[in-house]
Amino acid sequence: MSEIKEIIMHSDKIHTDEYLVNMGPQHPSTHGVLRLLVRLEGEIVHNIQPHVGYIHSGIEKMCEAISYPQVIHLTDRMDYLSAHMNNEAVALCIENALQVEVPERVKYIRTIMDELSRLASHQLWWCVMGMDLGALTTFFYGLRDREHILDIFEETCGARMTLNYSVPGGVMFDIHPNFQKRVKDFIKEFRKKLPEYDELLTGNVIFQERTKNIGYLSLEDAIAWGVTGPSGRGSGFSCDVRKHQPYSAYPLVQFEEKLDTKGDTFTRYRLRIEEMHESLHIIEQLIDNIPEGDFAVKMKGVVKLPEGEFYQRVETARGEFGVYIVSDGKKNPYRVKFRSPGFSNLFALNKMAAGHKIADLVAIMSTLDLVIPDIDR
Amino acid sequence: MGFNIYDFSGMTHNMHLWFSERMSPTATTIVEWTIIGVSYMLFVALFGLFLVYAERKVCAAFQQRLGPTRVGFWGLLQTIADFIKLLMKELIMPKSADRFLYNLAPFIVMIATFLAMAVLPFAKGLQTLDFDIGIFYVTAVSSVGVIGILLAGWSSNNKYSLIGAMRSGAQILSYELSVSLSLVTIIILAGSMQLSVIVESQRDSWFLFKGHIPSLIAFVIFLIAGTAETNRGPFDLAEAESELTAGFHTEYSGIKFAFFFLAEYINMFIVSAMAVTVFLGGWMPLHFGSFESFNVVMDFIPPLVWFFMKVLGVIFLIMWFKWTFPRLRVDQILTLEWKYLLPINLINIILMSLVVLTKFHL
Repeated sequence: MSEIKEIIMHSDKIHTDEYLVNMGPQHPSTHGVLRLLVRLEGEIVHNIQPHVGYIHSGIEKMCEAISYPQVIHLTDRMDYLSAHMNNEAVALCIENALQVEVPERVKYIRTIMDELSRLASHQLWWCVMGMDLGALTTFFYGLRDREHILDIFEETCGARMTLNYSVPGGVMFDIHPNFQKRVKDFIKEFRKKLPEYDELLTGNVIFQERTKNIGYLSLEDAIAWGVTGPSGRGSGFSCDVRKHQPYSAYPLVQFEEKLDTKGDTFTRYRLRIEEMHESLHIIEQLIDNIPEGDFAVKMKGVVKLPEGEFYQRVETARGEFGVYIVSDGKKNPYRVKFRSPGFSNLFALNKMAAGHKIADLVAIMSTLDLVIPDIDR
Repeated sequence: MGFNIYDFSGMTHNMHLWFSERMSPTATTIVEWTIIGVSYMLFVALFGLFLVYAERKVCAAFQQRLGPTRVGFWGLLQTIADFIKLLMKELIMPKSADRFLYNLAPFIVMIATFLAMAVLPFAKGLQTLDFDIGIFYVTAVSSVGVIGILLAGWSSNNKYSLIGAMRSGAQILSYELSVSLSLVTIIILAGSMQLSVIVESQRDSWFLFKGHIPSLIAFVIFLIAGTAETNRGPFDLAEAESELTAGFHTEYSGIKFAFFFLAEYINMFIVSAMAVTVFLGGWMPLHFGSFESFNVVMDFIPPLVWFFMKVLGVIFLIMWFKWTFPRLRVDQILTLEWKYLLPINLINIILMSLVVLTKFHL
């Protein structure tokens, strides 16, 4: 008995050790080969240390050995869900460097494709978000609608994911004659389907319990860690490149930058759903007014950028994507650096998830919408 | 009554006589045990496989897919093909696993399901054990399964498995309370714990309707807690695929994994069968008080059909939960039990006692 008493008296001195769990590189909810070194005490997450590089493919280094138009084809292997935005970023950067003015038609097509990509990406994110929280049916609802967009992409440029559609000077091919009709049909259809998303997941009590007041990210932290995209805007960080540095046809359209200051998982979720509505709104404004004209300007056979540094940023589905090119006047770039949104977003994970349960970690990671090749490049 | 022709007790009695005339009492017992054991094993294997198939078809319907269609007609042989595949797979054991416990765990889970099956009344006279503490027995043996899950998690020497097992332990121990208390509510109404008596006393109206609102509340709680006890649906924390890869059975492969898998489905059957027996009149046909002709027609449908129709209905409900709801978090699951279900249940028991005392029930 005395022993037990002694143990009880000194119970504050007994410390059960924290233990380490390697979430990944093979794990169902890291969506690829991300490895999180999670320090746990029971169920509670104390610290998360992301280890990246398992799918590092040296894209930035490869860019130094190839010509400028070829860089495009590497960029859609990074964030494969925002492939068109990545393509466009490089194309815009090169066009700005050469001071080429692209036809209006190209701007419209690019913007429509941007928003379609954003929709497809958000749809897939929604599927996966539900699945990470254990609601497996969402996966098929999202993929069902995403299929229509991918069909449109396929008809436009032959590819469904890695589009390679934007090239310096314009787009690779003109749009298919069916394009406008199909996009309009899709918008009509998807406007009906979007409320289903809310019925199935957003309104669910369990879902709200799981996500509200979880994974708080303050505005200061969001800015300090460079969290952009819907994840940053959920903390009140106004960072929409489409608003602040409009490119392509974005100056011509009316849309709202969805902002909220709550900064929890549910807010980030809700903002993405609202962004889908906004994307539909943007496409609707453009789809009927695509001007006639060329789909590309004639570029020189060998593109050579003037000596100097060039930077272009675009808003992908995940946040701000930047292309930084240093040129020494030769036909291939001297140095290329991509600022990928996923990389910055990932490292704010520790700020958000520390102190929560391991199940919350999965939910929070899900609202960051990580694409691993985008992080590793 | 119309369904006397469907009474199995005469048949089993005659079988017993036939055996006793030809063999010694010991041999008779052994032969009878063997027959019962083999038929239960066959039933578990076949019905388990059918449930896996049904789940895949149901979930396909919810997800706007077709489900298995290639193997056999409507994909009916798909689960059998899967099962053969699992049988032939290599059994991999982690190097530092506790060999004995690791091998023991699947059997404990399986044994618990078989034990609980023993008292289920499939039809009149078609019940292996019919004791006076039937319900008590079911609640007792159904908790044995959690030992298997805990052992599986502990012996695998895997952190995910251990977290899964601990979650499962906390969860099943808590929800056991709700299951038992909701059954207690009905015991008060029935005045017996013997399952055959409970079924017989629902001849005129099922307990779900007989006990008014308290019965309904007890039924809903039983369904929720029962789902939680089978580690399914929104309560599949022990597996939690997206968090813990596969939870307690992460390290199991081949036939040992199949044991856990099958046990999950058979447990679902047991929970549904209990819900049917206790709340929905077991194998009793649906009767409406004074509609004599309707009642006679209902009587012609064999009790086995009634039983399985009701069970499959409840199983469909449980599947519906799983394919619609997101998973709860471990603290939410315990909050739900201790802060909501348990107090409601206790109040419900008082309500039911009042109903029974005032003879307010139908």
